[in-house]
Amino acid sequence: MWEKKPVLFMLLATAAILVGTIVTMVLPFAWVNTEADRIEGVVPYTPLQQEGRDIYIREGCNNCHTQTVRPLVSEVLRYGEYSKSGEFVYDRPFLWGSKRTGPDLARLGGKYPDAWHYKHMDSPRSMIPGSNMPDYKWLRDGQVDPESVRNKMEVLGFPYTEAQIADLSGKTEMDAIVAYMQKLGSDIPWREATQTEIVGELTNPFPGDPAAIAAGEQVYTDNCAACHGDNLEGDIGPELAGAGYDDAMLFELIYSGITDNGMPAFSSLGSEKVWQLVNFIQSKE
Amino acid sequence: MDKPSYNTDIVRSFINWSIVWGLVAVLVGVIVSFQMIAPDLQLPPWLTFGRLRPLHTNAGIYGWGVGTIFAMFLYIVQRLCKTPLWSPGLAKFQLWFFNATIIAAAVTLLLGYTTSKEYHELEWPIDIMVVILWVSFAINIIMTIIKRKEEQMYISLWYMMAAIIGVAILYLVNSAAVPASLFKSYSAYAGTNDANVHWWFAHNAVAMALTAPPLAMFYYFLPKSTGVPIYSHRLSIIAFWSLIFMYLWTGAHHLLWTPVPDWIQTLAMAFSVMLIAPSWGSVINGYLSMNGQWHQMRENYLVKFLILGITFYGLQTLQGPMQSIRTFSAFIHYTDWVPGHIHMGTLGWVSLIGFAGIYYLVPRVYGKELYSVPLANLHFWLVLIGQLIFSVSLWIAGVLQAGMWNAMNDDGSLTYTFMETMVEMYPYWSARAFGGVIYLVGVLVFIYNLVMTVKKGSDPSPALVEAEGRA
Repeated sequence: MWEKKPVLFMLLATAAILVGTIVTMVLPFAWVNTEADRIEGVVPYTPLQQEGRDIYIREGCNNCHTQTVRPLVSEVLRYGEYSKSGEFVYDRPFLWGSKRTGPDLARLGGKYPDAWHYKHMDSPRSMIPGSNMPDYKWLRDGQVDPESVRNKMEVLGFPYTEAQIADLSGKTEMDAIVAYMQKLGSDIPWREATQTEIVGELTNPFPGDPAAIAAGEQVYTDNCAACHGDNLEGDIGPELAGAGYDDAMLFELIYSGITDNGMPAFSSLGSEKVWQLVNFIQSKE
Repeated sequence: MDKPSYNTDIVRSFINWSIVWGLVAVLVGVIVSFQMIAPDLQLPPWLTFGRLRPLHTNAGIYGWGVGTIFAMFLYIVQRLCKTPLWSPGLAKFQLWFFNATIIAAAVTLLLGYTTSKEYHELEWPIDIMVVILWVSFAINIIMTIIKRKEEQMYISLWYMMAAIIGVAILYLVNSAAVPASLFKSYSAYAGTNDANVHWWFAHNAVAMALTAPPLAMFYYFLPKSTGVPIYSHRLSIIAFWSLIFMYLWTGAHHLLWTPVPDWIQTLAMAFSVMLIAPSWGSVINGYLSMNGQWHQMRENYLVKFLILGITFYGLQTLQGPMQSIRTFSAFIHYTDWVPGHIHMGTLGWVSLIGFAGIYYLVPRVYGKELYSVPLANLHFWLVLIGQLIFSVSLWIAGVLQAGMWNAMNDDGSLTYTFMETMVEMYPYWSARAFGGVIYLVGVLVFIYNLVMTVKKGSDPSPALVEAEGRA
């Protein structure tokens, strides 16, 4: 009989649609973003960071980059500590994304120094050969409008100071997006907590081996030259030729990074490639 | 000729405009596929990948998808209700407002006005336009159904009404935002809540805009094309009610392994697997309706589009549930496998049904025989081959990249850096772009055939005149 009564039909269809909707979409509000979800240390975006986030949205960065690390071994090794609900309570909208044409960015904050980001945004392929990310050099031409940012902070209800707003004048859109990049995932001290600890004696498996040195040179070109120069002469990072580290120390610096000064951990290269790299660098004494 | 005077002008206009937007969607799709392999191919700030990709998806879903829904529903509802459209004036408004909305959407997306939410990127003023558009459409369809002369409501009308209600609920809830300026707003929900609401919307937009309406078309055009009725009415009833009940539980399968609470993910996974049953209810009903009629696959190009379309629906609704299983999702999510999956649904299922519907309607609303059946067959093969090259190359790419992401050395460290995995994608991305170009050529053949039909098509056969009650 419902096949002959359109109004009844529509009421039944609405009811059918609402059951799953209420259980999986409405009810979760009782569990998510509650006090139990909160994490100490997670703070709202500053005016400059929020402006950077809005530029990230405007340019559709989320079409190629995700911002959520799943609790899977390979993922935690590659990107860092897995994401927690409480880290996103100030994200309007969420920016978790759905496709990794480029890498996940949830733990990008603090991985590289600012200078790396500026150079990379200017010309991604100059830093990462083979990348298909477009150039965003033109963000340097866009000026941040302090009053519009103030308005947005008011709408979001985020705290800000007059000094922060005043600081915005003269800032470019590039400054804003780099500030946002550096905030990503860094509200919790995960980098210190997950520092790789190397146990036991570190022994160079191929000291002076020409094949390892040649392989190391390729690893260097792909991963290190952008910061340390094509000939180890130094640029964003220090000069490496004749730096005088012993093999084990050099391995540890590369593998674990230096959290405080912007040297990323390259454990994702795997130990074999890191040893090749060590031998290449040592060959340039 | 004791037939009501059906309104066909509005159907013509919606067909024409949906094709225009469909061409834009495919063309922009081809452009962005080349931007992925040639990153210098950008004209910042407006024509960059990050701004063009949402234009591609929005033109496809809202321009081509919803445009054909408007065309087909406005035609079908009059026939199934045996009464003219309730308000031709409202339909005319709907046509112009539809185009205004799509143009506003395209312009604002290129200007960078976006919410960033996939398939719901449009900022709040355009959101309001979409709502007005949908309400004007809904009123006309529902009033026509209420005023109908045929007591029994056919299957297609059920799917139409469910789609109208479903899209309205989804769109309104997910639109909630606080404006900060004319073209900038912030979501009413934050973080994990926002993600959960959004994927409830996005997955069910696929259900209510890209599944229910093509099913409504399929259930109407298949019997019309073959001349024999749908195999089982009872199966249609079971498939319909279980489909619209189960779909709404599954949004969080897009969020497996994310901070969304585990129980929501588990429910989404379970219901996704259960959805195979109602989806295949329609597929099997379609196949069994072909009993004794399979020879029409050779003779009738409409049947070819419809049966291949429902076959891709069947494959899509097996692959989708498979991806919704946690372990498989852990492996395949975020890789190129997923765009391969989506395009089997959009290029295979939705568009093949849309093409069939347009081929069915154009001779009837223009009163001309189709210009060339061989060209329609060529169109069929081009879009089929183009889509298969597209999807298969991305599935291979996805498995390859997922395998490389997860590969580990004996000492527990990762085998490959991200870049080592990414550069492996280039050949497959090139193959995808090539498949897209073939598909685009297919669409151009389709458009040429239709233009020639309207310009030079022969007068309609007596059977066509009889069926339509107009010359």
